[in-house]
Amino acid sequence: MALAQTTGPAPLAVPGEERSGALSRWVSRHAPILILGVLLIILPAVANSFILDQIVGWAMILGMIALSLMFLAGYGGMVSLAQMTVAGVAGYMIAVLGTSSLPAISLFWPWWVAAPLAIAIAVAFGTFAGALSARTEGIYTIMITLALAAAFFYLTLQNWPIFNGFNGFTTIPPPQFLGINWKDPIPLYYMILFFAALSYVAVLYVSRAPFGLALQGVRDNPRRMEAIGYNVTAHRIAAYAFAALIAAIGGVLLVWQNNQISPFSVGIDVVINILIIAIVGGISHPIGPFIGAIIYVILRTFALDGLVAVGLDGRRFQTIIGLGFLIIVLFSPDGVIGLWRRWTAHLREAGGGNAR
Amino acid sequence: MTTAFGDDGRIDGARRGDALARWIGHHPVAALVIAVIVILALWLILAPWPAGFENVFGKKRLFVNALFNGITLGGLYFLVASGFTLIFGLMRYVNLAHGSLYLFGGYMGYEAGQWTGSWLFSYVVAFICCAIVGVAMQVLIFRRMEGEDLRQTLVTLGLSIVFSDLMVWVWGGNAIQIDTPDYLAGPVPTPIVVAVRSSGETVFLQYPLVRLAILAAAIVIGVGMWLAFNRTRIGMMIRAGVDDRDMLSVLGYRVQLLFVIVFAFGAGLAGMAGIVGGTFQSISLGEDSNFLLASLVVVIVGGMGSIPGAALGALIIGLSEQIGAVYFQNYATVLAFLIMVIVLAIRPQGLLGKR
Repeated sequence: MALAQTTGPAPLAVPGEERSGALSRWVSRHAPILILGVLLIILPAVANSFILDQIVGWAMILGMIALSLMFLAGYGGMVSLAQMTVAGVAGYMIAVLGTSSLPAISLFWPWWVAAPLAIAIAVAFGTFAGALSARTEGIYTIMITLALAAAFFYLTLQNWPIFNGFNGFTTIPPPQFLGINWKDPIPLYYMILFFAALSYVAVLYVSRAPFGLALQGVRDNPRRMEAIGYNVTAHRIAAYAFAALIAAIGGVLLVWQNNQISPFSVGIDVVINILIIAIVGGISHPIGPFIGAIIYVILRTFALDGLVAVGLDGRRFQTIIGLGFLIIVLFSPDGVIGLWRRWTAHLREAGGGNAR
Repeated sequence: MTTAFGDDGRIDGARRGDALARWIGHHPVAALVIAVIVILALWLILAPWPAGFENVFGKKRLFVNALFNGITLGGLYFLVASGFTLIFGLMRYVNLAHGSLYLFGGYMGYEAGQWTGSWLFSYVVAFICCAIVGVAMQVLIFRRMEGEDLRQTLVTLGLSIVFSDLMVWVWGGNAIQIDTPDYLAGPVPTPIVVAVRSSGETVFLQYPLVRLAILAAAIVIGVGMWLAFNRTRIGMMIRAGVDDRDMLSVLGYRVQLLFVIVFAFGAGLAGMAGIVGGTFQSISLGEDSNFLLASLVVVIVGGMGSIPGAALGALIIGLSEQIGAVYFQNYATVLAFLIMVIVLAIRPQGLLGKR
């Protein structure tokens, strides 16, 4: 709708002006992303390892997992709460198949076997979750995926032979290859940045590819798509598989970065936090989850001190998160992206008014 | 209109007995399997187990206890899940704050019990408190976003986060146990043989009276709901609303008022269940999401929006958890979810759900 309105007056303008207008519009639309990319690449030159690792790196990983949710929810209309669980499956599998401090369980396979296999298992799980919930619609999907996430949490908590129960796994180092120790903050940061950027571009690309367009058609009117001859269920399951791939890579990175995984890495609150991140950022564009993730990580890291500084009880962190989430859901259904769009539209309108 | 309805009802009633015979005639194998299972179950429960059987499956006392615990836990799950499914069935609200209502009811009931010393009175307090919160949620939030499923779900999710943190603030993180009143305390003998001593003396199962009383109450509430649904005017309005909300409102019924009443009732039931849960086990931080998940699984298995489905699902999930805890310790909770997955794969609308 918004697009149709902005391009509406275009036929009145001469073709040359229209083209330059389109170019400037393209630049203005993509400038923030380009600037952000450059900033992220040069960040290690100025930031310390705490900011690299614990703030930006963590936010990018959470952003990837939330991105997989955004892909399903934004383009497929399926709000899956099992995405953190898919990441958790990948994380657990890398600990079981690869290296950890538990020789009784871990198989100590080299990373180039363990990591792809862990991701493949997680993708299989994510596809299975999709196959279960794709036959139902809308709010049913939330309920089923939430129940699946809870099932995996309880499984890891109660099962000792494979998941080591309550304790989980520790000391799961990132691999060393190409002569680089990827455990060091700066290589780890670039690895995370690479995969986050890759998944961002991949989601953007898929959303404009025939598959993504068909998926959006399925979201908007499954019955009509079915009538045209598209296999609705197959498209949905394929979307789950693609989203699971992103979440699984995020899960492996999360374990390498945290150096541990336990049932509480895949608990109900974490699962819900991923949803909050995606919704607060906005699920209409792939950048949304990353915005949501950086807000979440900053709040998580500094809110306690901030609350105490203004004389409130620092333990009420969850209330702040919940209230912030409520305000976003009630007043800006499109998250921070929606606020940004409204603000830029307002500026453009004001600018147009001055020119006239 | 009404006479036609009444006539239909009477004919249905007269034919119901034949329907069973006809069903058996159409499905002889299934009927035989069900009959064998029923007989086997009755034998397992009523007869003393032979020694060889006990060697393989463990003591009969364990099995019968797990069975009774499962059925009574099913009663508790039914109380929580029936409110959830009622609200969902009529209004299509997925109330993810339902677990918070359960926990809130438990805490309010505990406070009321501390003040007045009456266990029964605390149910009234919990029901009213949760019903008030439910009405507030319906009027202030849901009514403002009618038809926006996802937003409603997300709002209830946000509310549940805030509620749970506020409840931790007020009542702390420690578990609270609600005392069983004196007249329901202690075990009672049941006519079920668990073992035969070498002296020939038979040992009967002793079971906590309060659990049996609560199970009976859950059954009474369930039957009462069924009667209210099928025999009263407001029940007819609710059933009509479940089938076609728009048509009901076009016909001039005050759908919004109906919504408020049903939401209040469902929330109140969750609050009363909180006291039951506090007496059975304990109420503490985290129980809200546990019971939200239990109601989710129960209504997914039983069929969303169906009260008999909630009863069946609650029984299945309660039994699977308790039997699982005795026989497959590593996978007890997972068993319930496994049942959910199987039901979803075979019958996505749930066992008694309608498409």
